[in-house]
Amino acid sequence: MILLLPNLSFGSVAYMSTSNTLLSLILFTIGAALLIDWLFLKNFGSEMRSIFFPKDKQPDFIAPEESYKKIDKGFTIALKGAPEKNEIAREITHFSLQPTDYRGILPIPKMMVSEGDHVKAGQPLFYDKDHPETMFVSPVSGTIKEIRRGDKRAITDVVIEKDSETDFLSIDKIDKSASRDEFITFLEKSGGLPLFVQRPYGILPDKSNLPSRIYISTFDSSPLTLPLTQLLKTEDYDFIQEAINYLHLLTDEVHIGLDAKAEEMPAFAELENCHKHWFAGKHPYGNVGIQIHNTQPMGMEEIVWTIDPQNLVVLGKLLKLGVYDSRRYYTLGGDVQKPGYVYTFAGPNMGELLGNEASSDKNDRYVSGSVLSGQKRNADQFVSAHTNKVSVIPEGDDYEMFGWLIPTKMRPSMSHTYLNYLFPGEPLSANTNTHGEKRAFVMTGQYEKVLPVDTYPLPLFKAIITNDFETMRGLGIHELLEEDVALCEFACTSKQPLQKILREGLDYVQSQM
Amino acid sequence: MKKLLERVKKMEPEKGTLGHTLYDAVFTFLFTPDEVTHDGVHIRDSIDLKRTMIHVVLALIPCYLFGMYNVGHQHFVALGQHVDVLSGVHLKFFFGLFKVLPLLITAYVVGLAIEIYYAYKRNHAVEEGYFVTGALIPLIMPPDLPIWMLVFAVVFAVIIGKEAFGGTGMNIWNVALLARVFVFFAYPGAISGDQVWVAGIESASGGAAAEYNWWYTGFLNTIFEWFGASTFDTAATVVDGFTGATPLGLAFTGGQEAIYEVYNSQDIFWGLIPGSIGETSVLMVLVGAAFLLITGIASARIMVSMFVGAVVMALIFNAWGYNSYMEIPWDRQLAMGSFYFAMAFMATDPVTASQTKTGKVIYGFLIGALGLIIRVINPAYPEGWMLAILLLNTFAPTIDHYVVQSNINKRLKRA
Repeated sequence: MILLLPNLSFGSVAYMSTSNTLLSLILFTIGAALLIDWLFLKNFGSEMRSIFFPKDKQPDFIAPEESYKKIDKGFTIALKGAPEKNEIAREITHFSLQPTDYRGILPIPKMMVSEGDHVKAGQPLFYDKDHPETMFVSPVSGTIKEIRRGDKRAITDVVIEKDSETDFLSIDKIDKSASRDEFITFLEKSGGLPLFVQRPYGILPDKSNLPSRIYISTFDSSPLTLPLTQLLKTEDYDFIQEAINYLHLLTDEVHIGLDAKAEEMPAFAELENCHKHWFAGKHPYGNVGIQIHNTQPMGMEEIVWTIDPQNLVVLGKLLKLGVYDSRRYYTLGGDVQKPGYVYTFAGPNMGELLGNEASSDKNDRYVSGSVLSGQKRNADQFVSAHTNKVSVIPEGDDYEMFGWLIPTKMRPSMSHTYLNYLFPGEPLSANTNTHGEKRAFVMTGQYEKVLPVDTYPLPLFKAIITNDFETMRGLGIHELLEEDVALCEFACTSKQPLQKILREGLDYVQSQM
Repeated sequence: MKKLLERVKKMEPEKGTLGHTLYDAVFTFLFTPDEVTHDGVHIRDSIDLKRTMIHVVLALIPCYLFGMYNVGHQHFVALGQHVDVLSGVHLKFFFGLFKVLPLLITAYVVGLAIEIYYAYKRNHAVEEGYFVTGALIPLIMPPDLPIWMLVFAVVFAVIIGKEAFGGTGMNIWNVALLARVFVFFAYPGAISGDQVWVAGIESASGGAAAEYNWWYTGFLNTIFEWFGASTFDTAATVVDGFTGATPLGLAFTGGQEAIYEVYNSQDIFWGLIPGSIGETSVLMVLVGAAFLLITGIASARIMVSMFVGAVVMALIFNAWGYNSYMEIPWDRQLAMGSFYFAMAFMATDPVTASQTKTGKVIYGFLIGALGLIIRVINPAYPEGWMLAILLLNTFAPTIDHYVVQSNINKRLKRA
């Protein structure tokens, strides 16, 4: 764009023989507007900008020789009601282990308990017939209250009513000098394996596909987040360190992604025995898939396991203490009176977790996970296993007059047709309205702006829709999961269901391999 | 507002009828629907296609307003009346308004009727692409174009160019340019030569009479008389020596000197020259382009690379210097004709342009270079952008294919 300006200015000098003040005024205004936009609002040409403004300085707590990467693409959605460091006491008695949380297993797992049985925390509840050695263990001790079934008799929930005192099943610990096979067997038996996610496809890890790398993102950049470093205690880091030490039995390539935008050095940086990578930027820079790609892109046949830091604490307790203690911090944010966090076992009941925040006269949606890629849950359903976050947002099932043209209030948007782009980082409230109808793909270049992966998202999605196996594999579908393209879906002018499309593609590729 | 909503909802016709399609189009224009997200993201960006498209239309408004004024201005310059830019403002503006409005209304009514019919046949909502197409078509037509020609052009462009491919987002060629190309090849006399660019005169030669219909003599003149303002003079004739030639036509015969005998560079920059309705003013196009860039709707990549492509080609021609047309300096070469309009509004159509970053640069550069070649070298076509853009529209998927393929190869090599 800057190229236009010299032409304009010296062109206009030539044309200004009769000193046309109006003309020069108009030209000056256009030029100034473009210049301001370009320099300060980062609308276009961020590459050109970087010529004049060198890279943002690395924070002081990062040594110059450490791996540091700034991710320019992305968009951080600031929402009202961000969780605060404020512990909320809740009486939660019902927990559930949900087979639907694990991809790559059959819809009807083999149950090892039945309704009315008493189970200890860490006791196996079911296993998948395709992976008979991998146990899915109870997050709490208590009585099996209900085994819920969904479509085609698929098991959706194994509901456990918690005892007042938690009774942990004691598990035989494993030595650090164990072999790789012994460690895998330990993970399978103790319920540690389902804590991991295997990439590509985001499925339950399989012992026939051992990872060449294990990657851990220590922070979350999605909306409504409370940094984990504010919640974890010193001993939790010890458990994480213990778990990382053991992970070397699987592979020596243990990597962790660290937040370079944190106000002070995150305690994760003191972990040892792992490769550390600092990332700065905008969401989705906290997504583990984005960090893997920006460290060393996944090879076509490579297997990478990922694990969440809170699951790493669980794993550390399993290894160090020999108990399956699933307790973790659930943050609570969004349209709630008291944003904060709850410390409880995994898979709590949504209604009980929300407590008095869940009122039926408020038309709210409860999301297990982030508002970008979480799952919708009712009050009698349960928080999913792969998240530590609960978001509450108002439903948007209402009409708005000329809402597309003159919205009544500011809403999160990446579009510069709204003036809120002048106030980035200003928290706004959002609802679930789609703000428009689904259309064919029209706009281009939108997805690229928010997907820090070296690929062409629009051709990728079109390849998935047309079942073009070669192209979708070539464009790196194996490097992506739903959470990575969630921001593309948010920004999409045509309101296309991109996460669903991506999953169809992943399922297709997986079925063809 | 609730009452209005209920009243409008009561009028809803049965689903699956033509009436429902029409109702749905109007209803979603008035109200954002109550649709909510399901799986995937729970919150959506508040931008949608309607808003995007309306911003392009907003960007075209300066071109419309100035275009209307200029249609009137050129008319009176030919007659030798109100030659000064700011005299007879009301006459010039209303003359232009009454020339341009029928074209605009026809383009929208015909195009939207076809869109609604196809939406009904395909059982989906009316899509917004025609918002922009309908606004663009009149701007690239000569002011005196007969309405029936415009109807044919719109029917051709929308049915063959768009609906045949599946509607908005599926077309290969720029729909507005297809309408122009239809007129260009089916009725060349109506859209090329020196005769057609000035409205309301019998012919562009000395002594020809001015043509006014009842709207001017009966309607507008009566109103102007009430206010005591000057009126349209039915006895006026074209001044001697007037040719109606555009700068491009002059450049072809005599190069730069021939242009500047008739027009000065300020006229060309402001757009006070004969031409299609909306394309003459470089300034107004740049205002629209700046708006599109700031709102982030049009691709800066395409605009910049097309500009660079045209400049490079103009410099090559300067160096070559085979005839006087080639010797025109690049800034003056680009200020003539419809280069900036094509750059800001035509080449940047996201559906027909390249869709990848690198592809956009190649696409824009080639349009800039090829368009200038057609303009300068080919005597059959006075202006090159229409054909250059349509040609590159055809090749945009090919460009994208190779760009995507290079990414695929890179990944395969990595594995």
